[in-house]
Amino acid sequence: MSYKAKFRVWRGEGGEGKLEDFTVEVNEGEVVLDIIHRLQATQAPDLAVRWNCKAGKCGSCSMEINGRPKLGCMTRMSTFTEDETITVTPMRTFPVIKDLVTDVSFNYQKAREIPSFTPPSDVKPGEYRMQQIDVERSQEFRKCIECFMCNNVCHVIRDHEENKPGFAGPRFLMRIAELDMHPYDVADRKDSAQEEHGLGYCNITKCCTEVCPEHIKITDNALIPMKERVVDRKYDPLVWLGNKIFKRSSSKS
Amino acid sequence: MTQTTADSPARRQRAQIKERTLRTDQWWRYPLITFIIFTAFLVYATWAIFDTSYFVSPYHAPFASPCLATSCPPESRLFGFAPFGDWYTLPPGLLILGLPAGFRFTCYYYRKAYYRGFWLSPPACGVNEPHSKYTGESRFPLILQNVHRYFFYAAIVVGLVLAIDAVKALIGNPTGLGTWILIVNAVLINLYTLSCHSCRHITAGRLNHFSKHPVRYKAWGFVSKLNAKHQELALISMFSVMGADLYVRLVAKGIINFPFA
Repeated sequence: MSYKAKFRVWRGEGGEGKLEDFTVEVNEGEVVLDIIHRLQATQAPDLAVRWNCKAGKCGSCSMEINGRPKLGCMTRMSTFTEDETITVTPMRTFPVIKDLVTDVSFNYQKAREIPSFTPPSDVKPGEYRMQQIDVERSQEFRKCIECFMCNNVCHVIRDHEENKPGFAGPRFLMRIAELDMHPYDVADRKDSAQEEHGLGYCNITKCCTEVCPEHIKITDNALIPMKERVVDRKYDPLVWLGNKIFKRSSSKS
Repeated sequence: MTQTTADSPARRQRAQIKERTLRTDQWWRYPLITFIIFTAFLVYATWAIFDTSYFVSPYHAPFASPCLATSCPPESRLFGFAPFGDWYTLPPGLLILGLPAGFRFTCYYYRKAYYRGFWLSPPACGVNEPHSKYTGESRFPLILQNVHRYFFYAAIVVGLVLAIDAVKALIGNPTGLGTWILIVNAVLINLYTLSCHSCRHITAGRLNHFSKHPVRYKAWGFVSKLNAKHQELALISMFSVMGADLYVRLVAKGIINFPFA
């Protein structure tokens, strides 16, 4: 069954642009990205959109559909009514290159700022022995496809450009949590999570979790546990005293 | 066509969209409902502090339990314990309400809810917040939210006290409706307390080697299951404690007086 849908697509370069109206054919089983491709094929050949796998696994086609961050390839047209006008814009937190394509290099910069996995110096590659229960917490975070919709929706940087230098965003705070929970990582990440990567900015309003297409419980399983680890280190006198009395290492347990 | 390069100023600009949000759903419902429910809870709690009908044997209103002043009826005291003498003339509920209130105020679920519903930071995902500056919980005063685990320790004690009150009611009037209301409330309050994120961290969340701590790992698994329902438990227990408290006060005032009350 086909029908004609009303679309408003943001078009422009370098931030300057406007919403343009289109009426476009929609067929049964199609997703928003299919419609964007049909627009390219029929009405707007220079419409820019980043895409790759069309299967929700590459994280390329992140966009905002009716104001909500979504993957274009995973948003079914059947979730809209036929008379609804569907508004498609680029992610609002990152600079626009053209139309729906944003410059997400902020995220690559933040990724580089996090020290990589640091195993103990006396354990060589091939000697790692880990039980499943020790690593499965971290494995949830490995499902991330780096669509960057969590960083896009996070109001800390979405509404406050000035916070970008000091805030890694949910995606990379999750990466810090992943490494901090790893049984073979010995780097001390708690102080830097709070002081350098801006964990304290997070007010756990859970938008990152709401938009994650991989359904990773970013807030409950990464950010809040990391906040609690930071409390152990910086704000809990009882833990500090316990570490002193029992001569425990406060960095890893 | 003009090409932009990686370093060109044009690449540094976001899409200039004037609308605060382009969401078309009823995104305002969650913050509005949160605001109404929490305000109602605050109004009720304020009234309950000053209301003196908090005890009618064997029922004790949860908002005023434990009663720690000598002005409390002897039966209402926890094991006869009343460290606050006649010099204390303020409502006894004022002495303890800060503990469960602090636990809920610093709870990770409630933080999400009131940051959205009261402070609009943000009101909903993808909706711009109205504030021009934001430092979150990185500075005073909100950095104090990190004290949550201490309120959790206190909440365990309060949960035990409510359980003792429920047992006392069960012994005193096993067929009373109030008894069963207090029992249900004690169970929900304790489940909410155990489902806390700080509890999850303390049981084993802070460890990196679960395999070396099998008992703590089991406890963590149990708390994690509860933790997945933390929001629901927070809300249900909020209604149950308010309902149980109101019920006891209405019985104490004689407004509810049917035979099995």
